[in-house]
Amino acid sequence: MTVITPPETATLAAGPAAPSTAFWRSRGFPLIPVAILLFIAFVAVFADVLAPHDPQIGSLARRFRPPVWQEGGSWAYLLGTDHVGRDVLSRLIFGARVSMIVGVTAVLVAGVIGTLLGILSGYLGGWADQVVMRVTDTWLALPALTFAIFLAAIVGPSELNIILILGLVYWTRYARVIRGEVLSLKQREFVRLAIVAGCSKRIIMWRHILPNVINSAIVLATLMLGVVIVTEASLSFLGVGVPPPKPAWGLMMADGKKGLMVGYWWLTVFPGICIMLMVLSANLLGDWLRVKLDPQLRQL
Amino acid sequence: MSQEPLLSLEHLSAHYVSQQGTRVVRAVDDVTIRLGAGETLGIVGESGSGKSTLALTIMRLLPTAARIVGGKIMFEGENLVDKSDREMREVRGKRIAMILQDPMASLNPLFTIGNQVGEPIRVHEGVSRANAWERAIGLLKAVRIASPQTRVAQYPHEMSGGMRQRIVGAIGISCEPRLLIADEPTTSLDLTIQAQYLNLLRELQREHGLALIFITHNLGIVAKMCDQLAVMYAGRVVEQGPVSRIFNAPAHPYTKALLGSIPRMSDNRRQLTAIDGQPPDLSSLPAGCSFAPRCPAAFARCRAEAPPEFAVDDGRTARCWLAAPGAAQSLAAQAAK
Repeated sequence: MTVITPPETATLAAGPAAPSTAFWRSRGFPLIPVAILLFIAFVAVFADVLAPHDPQIGSLARRFRPPVWQEGGSWAYLLGTDHVGRDVLSRLIFGARVSMIVGVTAVLVAGVIGTLLGILSGYLGGWADQVVMRVTDTWLALPALTFAIFLAAIVGPSELNIILILGLVYWTRYARVIRGEVLSLKQREFVRLAIVAGCSKRIIMWRHILPNVINSAIVLATLMLGVVIVTEASLSFLGVGVPPPKPAWGLMMADGKKGLMVGYWWLTVFPGICIMLMVLSANLLGDWLRVKLDPQLRQL
Repeated sequence: MSQEPLLSLEHLSAHYVSQQGTRVVRAVDDVTIRLGAGETLGIVGESGSGKSTLALTIMRLLPTAARIVGGKIMFEGENLVDKSDREMREVRGKRIAMILQDPMASLNPLFTIGNQVGEPIRVHEGVSRANAWERAIGLLKAVRIASPQTRVAQYPHEMSGGMRQRIVGAIGISCEPRLLIADEPTTSLDLTIQAQYLNLLRELQREHGLALIFITHNLGIVAKMCDQLAVMYAGRVVEQGPVSRIFNAPAHPYTKALLGSIPRMSDNRRQLTAIDGQPPDLSSLPAGCSFAPRCPAAFARCRAEAPPEFAVDDGRTARCWLAAPGAAQSLAAQAAK
């Protein structure tokens, strides 16, 4: 006679722990990157309170002070001062504001333009699709940075212009991805049902297509945030970005690059670290979101 | 039929034309069908015989490569072929509704059931959201969904397959259409749900006086559901008439072969019966009857000349020279020679 061992009823009855609906408790949530991004956002919002000095006014008497732990550093200027004696830490804090505003708004501008054109092009097809996709092809054939410099040279540098330029340069990435999604959504039965139910194209695009592509747009936005911030920094570094004396991280690196050879390393290294941390965090968050919101994986 | 039929297709043709205009696929070719109010018409045929294209033609939803090249679609006294896109949107969902091949995937995963059942009502009757929601609850009740008050606020993934099926049915009847076209609505369902769903459709039909067009390749469903039957082959209706008469005495060899290929419990044959050969390429149809190459009863005339529709008996037609008046005598005469 065989002995039938009962299945582990105790554990079965208890079952796996009820899956938490809390977003930050889901598997693989990138806690540190999100914390860094939130910290940068916090710093950007409260820059006026947090910064120990005015970021735009310096004194030549205390130029090139090293960070506090080096010979000649002082507690008043934790991360040293630059070539005109401005406090590096304060400039980094205000630079966070520039990076956040420019980065997030430019991503939004690009996202809205790209998503709308992607939906129109994918759903309507025909000549609308041809026009949007050929423009996209042309856009993607141009090197993004060169194109941005070109645009900046035409309209002149200002914070608003940089946002618009970055939006104009990067919307094509969205258009491509969203159009692809729409092409497959268009074949789905629920879209066809809406058609046979007599919905107009406008209603179908607005009510049935847009909500289904918004996830992809969000994932793309987090991934694009890194790209946009680097481009903004590069433009500032090249002198066609946020105009001085506004503190932008890229601009700070550009200003400090001459000092690098004579030992004033803090002028370039600290903004560099800030850019790297922000971009890396945005990308890690984007990677996680991509898996988390993937339509195929979502239902698991 | 004494009074005006609800839907009457008259010599309707819809062709796919290649971009250069060199290849023409006659997906629907010279189809004439009449359907009275409250009647059920079954359309059967192999894959690629033009059944689904016929449904899309009636809805005026052909893909861009295809167009209606001739004929009329008379629906409640109006010719749908002449209507503009905007006018057709008023017809779709309101006067003619359609259930798609895969009702399981027909619901948008992001919206509540109430929103989706109420959508055609909002689109066509311009009622408020709250009003549509109330009507949606009533419709869920009509398709026998338990506790519609709670179900209406739920999302598609919270429903079982059978329930989603019923919900799609509810969307179909939401604006009280006169005609419901069901394009293979049960192919993706298992058999028990299939039977339930068919019963539901029948009940809805009876209660709302719907005319139903049932597109399928399942002759069992036709026998159970339909009054009238149209058999399609290569874009044409080769035989049509009352279901019982066609099942008892098929006039067209293709219908005969289709009926012969249904496996029966009483059979003790080792192999299933199949129809030899392949359905023809719709872009290069043979000169005569398109079934002639596969037809066991084909003779010289079949390969030379396509047969028109002959009246076989009351209300039944067949596109076959064998059904031509006096065909039997002339065949006998030929055999005697």
